Amino acid sequence: MTAGMDLFEWSVMIGKVLFVAVVLLQVAPLMAWVERRGSALMQNRLGPNRIGPLGLFQSICDAIKFIFKEDTVPGHVEKFYWLLAPIVSLVPSFMTFLAIPIASSINLGDHTIHFQAANLDVGLLYVLSIGSLGVYGIIMAGWASNNKYSLLGSLRSSSQMISYELSLGLSIIGILMTFSSVQLSEIAAAQGQTLLQLGPLSIPKWGIFIQPLGFLIFTTAAFAETNRLPFDLPEGESEIVAGYHLEYGSMKFAVFMMAEYVNMFTASAMISTLYFGGWQMLPGMQSLLTLSGTSGLTYEWLRIVLELSSFFIKVIFFMWFFVWVRWTIPRFRYDQLMDLGWKAMLPLSLLNILATGALIYFKVI
Amino acid sequence: MDISPIAFYIFSVMAIAFSALVVLKKNPVASAFSLVMVFFCFAGIYALLDAHLVAALQILVYAGAITVLFIFVIMLLNADVPSFDIGRSHILVKILAGVAAVAVLAAFVWAFKNSAQIQPTGTFSAEKIQTLGGNTRVLSTLLFSEYILPFELTSVLLLAGIVGAVAIAKRKPSQQ
Repeated sequence: MTAGMDLFEWSVMIGKVLFVAVVLLQVAPLMAWVERRGSALMQNRLGPNRIGPLGLFQSICDAIKFIFKEDTVPGHVEKFYWLLAPIVSLVPSFMTFLAIPIASSINLGDHTIHFQAANLDVGLLYVLSIGSLGVYGIIMAGWASNNKYSLLGSLRSSSQMISYELSLGLSIIGILMTFSSVQLSEIAAAQGQTLLQLGPLSIPKWGIFIQPLGFLIFTTAAFAETNRLPFDLPEGESEIVAGYHLEYGSMKFAVFMMAEYVNMFTASAMISTLYFGGWQMLPGMQSLLTLSGTSGLTYEWLRIVLELSSFFIKVIFFMWFFVWVRWTIPRFRYDQLMDLGWKAMLPLSLLNILATGALIYFKVI
Repeated sequence: MDISPIAFYIFSVMAIAFSALVVLKKNPVASAFSLVMVFFCFAGIYALLDAHLVAALQILVYAGAITVLFIFVIMLLNADVPSFDIGRSHILVKILAGVAAVAVLAAFVWAFKNSAQIQPTGTFSAEKIQTLGGNTRVLSTLLFSEYILPFELTSVLLLAGIVGAVAIAKRKPSQQ
């Protein structure tokens, strides 16, 4: 980033980027398994349970199948853009997670390690802007496939993105107003304060308690932005076969699937960071840390481990929430989708800004 | 503030190459994809200049929203008819176009002929912005204090645009 980084800082930087990349690469195979087992659980079926413990190795078999399948390129596609599209949808999904803080910092003598790959001045805006690029992969795939269903899928996707990006952006403004920062590390750190003290029970200043409406709008818009059910009209099987990825097979299809799961992961991480305290420890963990009786550097490392696990527990909960909703709520009709976006979510997010402004003006929060 | 020359040249060469592609591509959707890359390269250059907020907004607004709208409209209108094949233009038009292009180039060269020596002369240096809490904070403070009137007037202008669009969309065929 800046000049004058020594060897230690470089290796920390590379380590952080590698950590993010490795974690994100594991998301897709694991989630494919969770999704299939989860849907089976909800529908009273078994799901993949033959290979490995609880069928966990099913994903490995799937990956091998994806790689060794015949890699066909249909004759009627715009070859260059068709081959580019899966890459375009995967790259932004990997870029966004870099700006999300996964734990606070630790002081090692003359170095401080921040557990965030890129602490950007514009953190939140960076996540939003790179996240908004993911739609190009979908548009490109649908257009280059030269197929009516694919084109319909990508048209749906682009109009859906435009409609819900507005509510997504506006719902965050409430959070920006209360914490008066766009840096994700500052927002996460500010949520450690206590909002209310009810006897022995202290309620932290998490976004969800200050911005319940904002949380609802943000989560709904995040579902729409990641093209997950009930907003998966770009690939609505019953109407347009498979939408934008209809012409894709083998590993190229798997790349689209990876992009979807990584986007889901980033969305879960954003929901946790903005509304559930990010790396702030879960209730009870602080007393666990005090009880451990450690001090000095051991204490600090233990704190980092607890913060990391708090963050990932929250993220995993929201990943499960995505699966949960997918297999619970049926798909919207297209006009319902547009009505919800423009007539319900947009006015509500504007109302949220107004209410937050009033609350700040009267010094309630 | 140190601008890495290698990164700058990579971004500028890419920006120029993709701008050329925007004009040269026959297919409007392909042109729009190239336009996204142009915006991306611009954002890279802004980021090199420490203007992180402008870079993020460039991608968020131009690459993320406006070009999606472009592509949406192109696809919806099915504008597959190549707009550049309007027949061979008159020789005079060609000469005038050439003169205009050279004039624009000359104007730019004249405007930037001493730019290597000019230092930023504003109130804000990169260090001062850092101490004041970063780009975003400084810009928003300025927008909502010193420049509040132009800022609010711009939003009124945008509102007028929206009202106009609604009025045109709601007009009945008989009134046209």
